[in-house]
Amino acid sequence: MAEKQLMKGNEALSEGAVRAGCRFFAGYPITPQNEVPEYMSWRLPQVGGAFIQSESEVAAINVIYGAAATGVRSMTSSSSPGISLKQEGISYCAGADLPFLIANVMRGGPGLGNIAGAQGDYFQSTRGGGHGDYRLYVMAPNCVQEMFDFPKRCYETAYKYRIPSMILADGTLGQMMEGVEIKWPEIDVKTIEKPKWSLGINTERRERRMVGSYDLRDGMLEKMVLERVKRYKEIEEKEVLWEEKMTEDAEIILVAYGISSRVAFAGCKMAREKGIKAGLLRPITLWPFPKKRLAELAPKTKNFLAVEMSLGQMVEDVRLAVNGATNVNLFARPGGSPIFAEEVYKAIEDIVKKGAKEYATVK
Amino acid sequence: MQLLNEKPKSLLDIQMHYCPGCGHGIIHRLVAEAMDELNIREKTIGVAPVGCAVFADHYFNCDMIQGPHGRGPAIATGIKRSVPESVVFSYQGDGDLASIGMGEIVHAAARGEKLTVIFVNNAIYGMTGGQMAPTTLIGQKSTTTVDGRKPEINGFPIRMCEMLSTLDGVVYAERTTVHNVAGVVKSKNAIKKAFQNQIENKGFSIVEILSMCPTNWGTRLDNPSEATKYISDSMVKVFPPGVYKDISAK
Amino acid sequence: MYQGIRISGFGGQGVISAGVLLAYTGIIENKNVSFFPSYGAEMRGGTANCSVVIASDEVDTPIVSSPDTVIVLNEPSLAKFEPMVKPGGILIVNTSLIKTEPKRKDIKVIKVPCNEIADKLGNAKVMNMVALGVFAKATGALAIESIGKALPKVYKKLKPEVIELNIKALNEGAKLA
Repeated sequence: MAEKQLMKGNEALSEGAVRAGCRFFAGYPITPQNEVPEYMSWRLPQVGGAFIQSESEVAAINVIYGAAATGVRSMTSSSSPGISLKQEGISYCAGADLPFLIANVMRGGPGLGNIAGAQGDYFQSTRGGGHGDYRLYVMAPNCVQEMFDFPKRCYETAYKYRIPSMILADGTLGQMMEGVEIKWPEIDVKTIEKPKWSLGINTERRERRMVGSYDLRDGMLEKMVLERVKRYKEIEEKEVLWEEKMTEDAEIILVAYGISSRVAFAGCKMAREKGIKAGLLRPITLWPFPKKRLAELAPKTKNFLAVEMSLGQMVEDVRLAVNGATNVNLFARPGGSPIFAEEVYKAIEDIVKKGAKEYATVK
Repeated sequence: MQLLNEKPKSLLDIQMHYCPGCGHGIIHRLVAEAMDELNIREKTIGVAPVGCAVFADHYFNCDMIQGPHGRGPAIATGIKRSVPESVVFSYQGDGDLASIGMGEIVHAAARGEKLTVIFVNNAIYGMTGGQMAPTTLIGQKSTTTVDGRKPEINGFPIRMCEMLSTLDGVVYAERTTVHNVAGVVKSKNAIKKAFQNQIENKGFSIVEILSMCPTNWGTRLDNPSEATKYISDSMVKVFPPGVYKDISAK
Repeated sequence: MYQGIRISGFGGQGVISAGVLLAYTGIIENKNVSFFPSYGAEMRGGTANCSVVIASDEVDTPIVSSPDTVIVLNEPSLAKFEPMVKPGGILIVNTSLIKTEPKRKDIKVIKVPCNEIADKLGNAKVMNMVALGVFAKATGALAIESIGKALPKVYKKLKPEVIELNIKALNEGAKLA
């Protein structure tokens, strides 16, 4: 095994994307994701790619709309307020079935909020985010290694199903440094076949191609959306990812994603030391959400505890999956405040030992 | 029998949705003729706007993309930078380019993107039914300026060619009209030049074309010949045709 | 083992570079590490600080709320971070710039005139290395030699003689732990 490299989350994300074949980036500065455009600005020209610092997030996503339409693996990144600005363009990309990668290094909100890590964009990310019926394939890394590894899977899924993909990280993951092991070979973009739908030079005298998201003819838009929904169903069946730790005998199962999942797991370990059988289910894809697995686990455990750095967003997906089969509790810290293992443990103890039901702590 | 003229190959043979007397049909034809004459159809990618020309992606016989309102120059940037050997044009109206998309057009021009922009200025929002545009003349009636545009309430019309020609990234900016034959010929030449500049990798080119909107210019002008008069009598005074910048020879 | 560290001082005192160096050293010693900087509005002028975790187990959070060891290089840092030190933990104080006496009795306080020592070595910039030398010796969390090995990997442009000077500063610090 080669020695690990010490990498910052945002840089690992950028390098991981480039190695996964990203050759086009457009973005606009916003803390805490600035290292992504900075890195891409020098890295992409090295591999013959293009970088554009656009005049706004609105322009950035539309530059990507154009680039993605030519079939090039493209990427944009931002943080919460900037992602809000990109929603119109993301909706158009989804409506035009364009695959690309968008990274949201979340910060505290709403509004300008603050620049600390937060998870307040869960609803926005997992429900589509912009106008209309659509979804994004959303992956939530919980360490710098996954910041490096996940762009590859995002591109693969995005191109396979023609869906925009998102990496939902947060300021902590973006700014922290950890050891990264390079486990997979760099993708040779020459081996990637140009998609059949991509715009470009028409040397083979093919039929002209159109990329767009509208159809005003009677009933045609519904047909278009329903065709897309078929792909969504397949993604829900085949592409859902999660990780479980110590759930086999758990009387309480914590559900947490991203940086919160690490703190939640530390809380589980503290509980185990005190004789409380706690376990963790970490959704790795937020859409599709591991709802089937949660439903399977529901009859086997007494409690679920959602742990999130938002005002109780992911907990709604847990409740939908569990569908009343057992208690679903919440530990939440909004506004860019970090969660610590001790307070997670305290919540576990309150629920398991004091029998708190419908426990909902917003600290 | 000798064939004197035919439909350009770069235009598909389908019925357009434009109103009688509208300038879009003429301008579409001019763009298509320019593409034919420069033999660039196979490498041209067009960006359709939101507005009356939203269906432009159905009319041009080349690869086309339709995107969000005003973002054409950003989309075109993404395409051109991905496929630099292509010829990319953005076709936009006045609401699209000079109102909601002001940021995108200015910055694409400032970056000197090697693009061709066809800007159709008819001083009104057509598709949505005749509201005030950023280029609506002072005193001009619209459905949101029922007594005519008043500077103290609605501000002043924006002259895009003049503004953009101050930017170093712009190689060519010309304003023409399609209200008479001379104007149509000039427009054709300007469009061709704007494409030629891109083929020769020279930089950002924009052709602003003053165009008629008989439907939304109010009942008095609700016929094509009256509408052409509105251009020659009123619009050209606010938006004088001419070459505002041309450094393509340098 | 688990060692949670906070380092704090003025921007320009090498707070961030010291933290990155510790994290890299942890990798060389095959440990799990995390480094987390303060970022944003306090980048210039005010107090910069960072969290470092070096552990044999997985690191749960990179934000260290009750550090085993705190290194404070300037006066405002003492006021902010002294209360955070875990009971029984270590507080390393740069007495060249900090005149206030630490108040805590339940922690070990190590006072080191980092700037003076660095000046004596001939380069004021290595004052952060003096503090790291103290840290390595006092906690035993990392070997001085490993920090020396990490130096050229983290700072690829450093000349050999500058690396030598940094190692000297580490050793000087270790003597005072």
